[in-house]
Amino acid sequence: MFDADRLAARFERLPQLLEADPDLVRRGAFLDARFQVGIGKIPFDIVVAGGRVTSFERGPFVMRTWRFAIRGNTEAWGRWWQPMPEPGWHDLFAMTKRGDIVLEGDLQPLMANLQYLKDLLVLPRDGAAEAKR
Amino acid sequence: MSAKLEPIIGRYLTLDLGGRPHRLYFEECGTGIPLVCLHTAGADGRQFRHLMLDEEITAKFRIIAFDMPWHGKSLPPEGWHKEEYRLTTAAYTEMVVAFCRALELDRPAVMGCSIGGRIVLNLAIEHATLFRGLIGLESADFQSPWYDTMWLNRPDVHGGEVCAALVSGLIAPQSPDETRHETLWMYKQGGPGVFKGDLYFYRVDGDLRATVGKIDTSVCPLYLLTGEYDFSCTAEDTLRTAGMIKGAEVTIMKEVGHFPMSENPRQFRKYILPVLNKISSC
Repeated sequence: MFDADRLAARFERLPQLLEADPDLVRRGAFLDARFQVGIGKIPFDIVVAGGRVTSFERGPFVMRTWRFAIRGNTEAWGRWWQPMPEPGWHDLFAMTKRGDIVLEGDLQPLMANLQYLKDLLVLPRDGAAEAKR
Repeated sequence: MSAKLEPIIGRYLTLDLGGRPHRLYFEECGTGIPLVCLHTAGADGRQFRHLMLDEEITAKFRIIAFDMPWHGKSLPPEGWHKEEYRLTTAAYTEMVVAFCRALELDRPAVMGCSIGGRIVLNLAIEHATLFRGLIGLESADFQSPWYDTMWLNRPDVHGGEVCAALVSGLIAPQSPDETRHETLWMYKQGGPGVFKGDLYFYRVDGDLRATVGKIDTSVCPLYLLTGEYDFSCTAEDTLRTAGMIKGAEVTIMKEVGHFPMSENPRQFRKYILPVLNKISSC
């Protein structure tokens, strides 16, 4: 139903979308971490420093290390990024509860910056700029 | 800008709970049938402020919402700094009954949300004759946990921020920004470990699956209303619970999450007005 390459292409806009949202950058000011995001089988290696994305690479990778990872199937990302997501597809934890998204690694930086990261990950949502949370 | 005095009144009440003196804060508005409102875990009675300003409701109901001990403007009991706060089924039940007795309320209706929705079920099990109607919002006899509560109170994660960030997903995407963030503000203001202590009741001590079938709705009517976007207490959790209780009335609310009365008061009133009308016409 959702194509991983198309979703990944949408996700690749993340650094520019973040730069267009100075309030979100401000809220991430204390996050310095290297983490991975998995869109289906496509991994992304992301470095955030002071709330800004300073490195953003699409995999595959060989032995790339990271502190935490957020990996989901294509249906999870595709439905979460709908303009008005349906019940059960509208939040990170609605999907981790079912196993459509999994959290891995050291979750301390993720939990300490949870709203920032949740808001970061929905930046590629259709119409997100107009309906910013 | 014009100033406007609201009709809501706040007062303090001292009473013994669990053999210890407590000082509780409560707010009220309206006249008529007492309607005691119970807030969600980690929040406080401000969640009901919109309901209290609804003149169609306050014409018939005296809406009363207290902050549980440790929450809002209610203090924890003396000696709190030497213990870990943990809410239990017995303590919560005693609290609601004692509050109603202290205010000499005549067979009040009680409406609780989330943990308040859970304790409403226990009030129906143990004290049905004391109440004229019970309303459980986001209510079920049990639901599966969706995160580890050890993240809620530790020095390397800001408690208020993480509590709010977790529950933010329980709010429906259609809920207005203003009321969404007002709902989250209360979570950001909670005392350290209080949300976690409430969830001890919700997850560990308050499993009512074995006893919920004892509820007799001919003694006290029971209404259960759950938002379709609530993935903590899901519609399926409420429907399963209602399936164990003969006569329980269930409503699944569209475009609402876990905090109907505070996240989207306008949408909530569409669903709660018919229920309150039933209670007032009995």
